[in-house]
Amino acid sequence: MSSSIQLPAAHNCETCPAHNVGNLTKLGINMDNWDFVVALAGNPNTGKSTIFNALTGLRQHTGNWPGKTVSRAEGGFEYGGHRYKIVDLPGTYSLLSTSLDEEVARNFILFGQPDVTLIVTDATRLERNLNLVLQVLEITDRAVVALNLMDEARRHGITVDDRSLARDLGVPVVPTSARSKQGIPELLQAISQVATGAVVCKPHRLKNEPPALKHAIRELVSKIEAAFPGLPNARWVALRLLDGDQRIIEAINRGELGDLTRDDPGEDAAGTLVLQLQEAQHA
Amino acid sequence: MLNQEALTPPQSGIPAAAQDILDTANRLRWEVGGDVHENIVEAIYTDAARIADRAAIYPDTPPRFNLDRTIDRLVTSRLWGFPLMILLFTVVFWITIAGANVPSQWLAYILLDTVHPMLKTAGATIGLPWWLDGLLIDGMYLATAWVVSVMLPPMAIFFPLFTLLEDFGYLPRVAFNLDNIFKKSGAHGKQSLSMMMGFGCNAAGVVASRVIDSPRERLIAIITNNFALCNGRWPTQILIASLFIGSLVPAYLGGLISALAVVGIAMLGVLMSFAVSWFLSRTWLKGEASTFSLELPPYRPPRFWQTIYTSLIDRTIFVLWRAIVFALPAGAVIWLMANVSIGGASIAEYLINFLNPIGWLIGLNGVILVAYIVAIPANEIVIPTILMLTVLVTGTSQFGAGAGVMFETGDSETLALFQAGGWTLLTAVNLMLFSLLHNPCSTTIYTIYTETGSKKWTAVAALLPLAIGVMVTFSVAQVWRLVSLL
Repeated sequence: MSSSIQLPAAHNCETCPAHNVGNLTKLGINMDNWDFVVALAGNPNTGKSTIFNALTGLRQHTGNWPGKTVSRAEGGFEYGGHRYKIVDLPGTYSLLSTSLDEEVARNFILFGQPDVTLIVTDATRLERNLNLVLQVLEITDRAVVALNLMDEARRHGITVDDRSLARDLGVPVVPTSARSKQGIPELLQAISQVATGAVVCKPHRLKNEPPALKHAIRELVSKIEAAFPGLPNARWVALRLLDGDQRIIEAINRGELGDLTRDDPGEDAAGTLVLQLQEAQHA
Repeated sequence: MLNQEALTPPQSGIPAAAQDILDTANRLRWEVGGDVHENIVEAIYTDAARIADRAAIYPDTPPRFNLDRTIDRLVTSRLWGFPLMILLFTVVFWITIAGANVPSQWLAYILLDTVHPMLKTAGATIGLPWWLDGLLIDGMYLATAWVVSVMLPPMAIFFPLFTLLEDFGYLPRVAFNLDNIFKKSGAHGKQSLSMMMGFGCNAAGVVASRVIDSPRERLIAIITNNFALCNGRWPTQILIASLFIGSLVPAYLGGLISALAVVGIAMLGVLMSFAVSWFLSRTWLKGEASTFSLELPPYRPPRFWQTIYTSLIDRTIFVLWRAIVFALPAGAVIWLMANVSIGGASIAEYLINFLNPIGWLIGLNGVILVAYIVAIPANEIVIPTILMLTVLVTGTSQFGAGAGVMFETGDSETLALFQAGGWTLLTAVNLMLFSLLHNPCSTTIYTIYTETGSKKWTAVAALLPLAIGVMVTFSVAQVWRLVSLL
C-alpha cells in the first residue's frame, strides 16, 4: 500500500496544527465564494448531521432515527485559510438502488464532483458501513472516512484499528465521537489535506469480480477512457453501464460525462450542477 | 434489472464514441451473463467483510445483560408494545397540560390584561383615529398576543419532551410496532416514519415520504400524512380537551383525562391513516406492499440541555414565529370583518350567519367554520380566531370593550366565553375531530404539489380529509343528538 497517506494524529499533541481551534471558523449558511466543496455521505443514523453541525455551527435538527435527512442541507466553514462548502446528503445504505434519496446522494458525489467526500461510518457496525464506503470509493478518489460513534464502540467493548482501516481503504480514516466533539480537529485536518492535495488517496477498488465480468469491465473501460480521457471513475461508469443504469446511460448520451473529466469544475460548474440536481429532485 | 429496454436506443445527434460505448456495454451484458448486479453487490460485500474483519475486534463474550435488547423486547413486544406506547404519549401530554396552565395564565395576564390596556391608553394619548387604533391594537396586537399566550407554554413543554424521546431512539420502535399494520393496509412500512415526521409538521412529513421508493406507496404516504396531528393542531387539541373534557371530572383527574382525550384523537388519526391507506391501496392505488428493512438504532442517552435548547430554537420558536407571522394579518382581517358593516351587519356576521346552518349540521357552528377558512394558511391561529369571533357574536361586553376584541384568557373565563357562544360538549368533541380531519394548511398543500407534481393528487390530498371530517362530525352530531333525546 502507498505510504503517501498521512495518518491523522491519534493522540493529542499540543503543538499539532490540528489542535489549533482558531483554525476553524464556522460560517453557518454563509458560504459564498467557497474554495472547496465537501460532500457528507454515510449510512443513516451514523451522525452525519451531528458532524455537519459541528463543522458549520448550524443547528440542523438531529434525531436518533434513520431517514432524518431526506433532502440536502448546506453550510460553510473556513479552515486553514480556505473556505469550504459542505453538503449534508441523505443517509443511504448503498448507492446501487433507485430510491430517490440514494439517487440524490449518488448524483451529487458523481456529478457535483465534490473536492472531498466525507464518509461518516458507525464504528459499531463497521462491516455494513464499509459496503457504502467501498461504493463511494469506486466513484471518487478524494475521500475521508470518519470512524464515528467511537464512544459507543468503546462502551460495547469493540476496538477498531483505524490505521489498518486507512491502509486497506487507501484514504485517511479519523476516529471521532461527534456528539462530544472528539476528533473534529483531526477530521478538519484530514479534509483540508485531501482538498488541497497535500494527501493523495489511493482508494481501494474492487478486485474480486468473476473473471467474465472483469474481462467485460476491462474492455468497456478502455473505450470509456478513450472517449473521456481523464475521467476519474471509468471503472465505475463501466460497472453501472453493465448494470443498465439509466441515469448513467443518459449522462453518456447527453455528453455530461465529458464535463467530469476536467480537474477542477470551478465554482460556476459546481453551482450549475447543484441547481440541476435540485431540479432533478423535483422532476 | 436485466432487461433490454434499459438500454434505450439513443436518439440521433449522439457522438459516435458515446454510441459505441453504449453498444459495447449492451453486447457485453449478454456475454457476461448471470446477474451483473448480484455479482457487483457480492464483490462489495466480500471486500467489506474482509476489511472490517481485519480492523475491528469484538469482545469475546457478549455481555450477559444487554440493556438495549431488554428495552427493545419490552417496547416492541406484541403484548406490551402498544400499551407502553399509549402510556408514554399520555404521560407526555399530561406533563404538557399540567405544566402549561400556570405560565399560560401569566402570559395572558401580562400580554392581554396589562400590555393591551397600556397600548390603548398610549393610543388614546397620541390621538390615534379609532379605526387605526382598532386595527393595530384590537386586531393585530391582540391576535398575536393570543397566539403567544395560548401556544408558547404547551409548545415549550411538548416539543422538548418529544425531542428527548426522538433522540433517545424511541420513534423507530414506534415505527416498528406500526409497520405490520401499514403493510396489511397495503402501504409501505416506512410510512410509519413519514407519519412520525408529520406529528411535527405535515409539510416535513410529506417531504420525508421520499424515503419510500415505490411511487404508489409514496403517494399513499403523502395523501395520508395529514392524519398525523401537526404542531399547529396540538395546541387546539390540548386547550379544548383541558377546557371541556378535563372539566367533566374532578379537578385532580382533569389533567390526566384531558391528556387521554388528546392521545385518543392522535390515535384516531393513526387509525384513519391505516383506513385511508387500506382504501386507496384497494381502489385507485392498487398494488402489492414492498418489503424493506428497518434499522432499530441503539438507544442513546440524549444530551439533555442541548436537546432542550435545539428543540426550543428549532421547533418552538420556529412554529411560534410562523404563527405570529400569520396571526398579524389574520388579526387585521378579523377586526375588519367584525367592524366593516354593510346594511347594519358586519361582514363577519353575514358569514357566520350564512355558515351557521352548515355548522349546526356537523355539530359545530358558523364561527368555527369561518375560523377554519381564515386559518387555511396556518392551523395555529384557529383558536384565537374562534375566540375573537365568538366575542363579536355573543357581544358579551364583559369579555371585551368592543367588537372583535379578545380579553380575559384565564381558563375559566375562556370556558365561560365559549359557553356564552352556545358551545356544548358536542361542539368541543367535534372541534377536536374536525381539527384532526380537515384540509392541510396551505404550506402543506403546496409541498404536496411540488412533491407529486400532480394537481389531481394534490386536490385529493386536500379534499379527502375534509370530506372525511365532514362525514365524521356529521355522524357524531346526529348520533349525539339522537342519544340525548332519549
